[in-house]
Amino acid sequence: MSAPSPLVEVRGLTKHFGGGGLFGGSKVVRAVDDVTFTIRRGQVVGLVGESGSGKTTVGRTILRLIDPTGGKVVYDGTDIAGLSASALRPWRKRMQYIFQDPYASLSQRMTVGDILSEGLDIQGVGTRAERLDRAAMALDAVELPREALARYPHEFSGGQRQRIGIARALTLEPEFIVADEPVSALDVSIQAQIVNLLRDLQARTGQTMLLISHDLSVIEFLADTVVVLYLGRVMEAGPSEAVYTAPRHPYTQALLSAVPSTVPGEKRQRTVLKGDIPSPLSPPSGCVFRTRCPIATAECAGTVPALQGVGTDHQAACLKL
Amino acid sequence: MSGRPPLLEIEGLRTVFTVRGTEIAPVNGIDLAIGAGETVALVGESGSGKSVTALSVLGLLPRVARIAAGSVRLHGEGGAIDLARLDPEALRTIRGSRIGMVFQEPMTSLNPVLTIGDQITEPLLVHGLATRAEARERAIAMLDSVGIPDPARRLASYPHELSGGMRQRAMIAMALVCRPGLLIADEPTTALDVTVQAQIVELMTGLQESLRMGILFVTHNLGVVADMAHRVAIMYAGRIVEEGPVAEVFTAPRHPYTRGLLASVPRPGEALRLRRAGQKLAAIPGQVPSLMALPTGCAFAGRCPLAVDRCRTEAPGPTVPSPARSVRCHRWDAAA
Repeated sequence: MSAPSPLVEVRGLTKHFGGGGLFGGSKVVRAVDDVTFTIRRGQVVGLVGESGSGKTTVGRTILRLIDPTGGKVVYDGTDIAGLSASALRPWRKRMQYIFQDPYASLSQRMTVGDILSEGLDIQGVGTRAERLDRAAMALDAVELPREALARYPHEFSGGQRQRIGIARALTLEPEFIVADEPVSALDVSIQAQIVNLLRDLQARTGQTMLLISHDLSVIEFLADTVVVLYLGRVMEAGPSEAVYTAPRHPYTQALLSAVPSTVPGEKRQRTVLKGDIPSPLSPPSGCVFRTRCPIATAECAGTVPALQGVGTDHQAACLKL
Repeated sequence: MSGRPPLLEIEGLRTVFTVRGTEIAPVNGIDLAIGAGETVALVGESGSGKSVTALSVLGLLPRVARIAAGSVRLHGEGGAIDLARLDPEALRTIRGSRIGMVFQEPMTSLNPVLTIGDQITEPLLVHGLATRAEARERAIAMLDSVGIPDPARRLASYPHELSGGMRQRAMIAMALVCRPGLLIADEPTTALDVTVQAQIVELMTGLQESLRMGILFVTHNLGVVADMAHRVAIMYAGRIVEEGPVAEVFTAPRHPYTRGLLASVPRPGEALRLRRAGQKLAAIPGQVPSLMALPTGCAFAGRCPLAVDRCRTEAPGPTVPSPARSVRCHRWDAAA
């Protein structure tokens, strides 16, 4: 079984915010620093990390919702990181974004039908009747009744709104979707519904997906490959099976052990990290994780560890491997 | 309550809100007891009434709300007092001295223009429990015990100078400086990253053991409940639908809602197994009913896999499936 071909190759992606300022004195936020990974066709890649890890910035930069400071985003053979807005346009309809907050991301003044067909309008796809037909089919796909077309977002619950957000991303039949924390604003009992829906849709359409989440079990359930970010850098990447069952980076190990189990009395071997995530305004020298790492030594301050192979398609960036 | 002396006893508590002329009951007749030195978790999803319960105990309800029925008895030296009947002035005295509180977002609870030191010493000075010099010493000791490095220097810091985890530690120090017998913690770890959440859970568990206080821990995170609570009460649409020791409720849940909640949080390793087997996550169908239009009968019946006709007409009363446990369900002994 040969691996499917790459759809998106992220190479040395870097995004810094600030640094200008009226007197050139404002500090640079190193949100994403030299991030490299590959998303193969039909695969779900999970991007996991805590706040400040840069996961949302990576997702938005790949779709060019924000412009990168450096690096490449090779999409189906073309580096789209440097394309002008007009040159980017034909690429846009191949990719869609699903937002975290179903309350903030849907216009309250538009009907669901208008929200769903807006993207088709902009791309000039079909007649109005055809567009509404595609919107209705998208509602079918997310298991909402077609009557919803004439209603407004505020008439729906959080879970239903997230279904509308997903339907909006589906109408253009994109080959690539970035889903940014698609369930974290939802209640526990609703999360599982949406996670199941995302998996069914992905399995049916064979879409390629970048799934951004801080929730390790959501990634574990949906993603074929996991990329673990910390302070804008990749700590570990590999097949979900390998990363979840045999994590190699001390950060991944601590992150997995920090998730509390619902089995009472099951005190697993837990590594409680000391301290907080440092500010991306002044990340530590060398390995960015060293200030909280239980096995860091002096050499970790001097060298930025490169990603190195630790198994089949499995890499980690640590001097202590 | 497993033989502990009672600390807080909530009986028949009903809290109502008046919204556009209509009265709704986010807390609709609940009973809950916390023993001295016991951690009780109150679990529910948005709109379940868990936070309104906490605010009712603290006397911090918004203006549109009032306690319509029931009692909230706080036990102490000299007997019990009913917090539901106290005037605002008397409640203020009790908050901070006998009941500490920690909320989800430390940035909105801490005063941004006062130093951490001012805020930690304030309750001691307001309640006349210490001189300024003593208060400072106790504040330093408290910051040290919540794991804030260099505590004497931190007294002069402002909240914005601390990280999220450190702010939450400072808020816990503030809540505990008067040595209250009861701590009410409303989603204290929800806004934190998982590695920092693990630190705060470890800290609270340690403090609970050393200070022997009772804790009412309001959360939606079942993993945190399993980690630190002795007993758990599950709320749904204003009622406690199941209650008992965490170990028993989590290993043998009786209410179909509890079962559904536990099943929808895959245990580590389980999501991978389900995916390999091509199976779905266990989801609870439908959504939480609106408090404006609660069904007659059991509020969960519309989403319940076990519901029968009786569930749609008759609200289930409390049943005791085993000692120390309680469940409100007509079908509690039906097979899952």
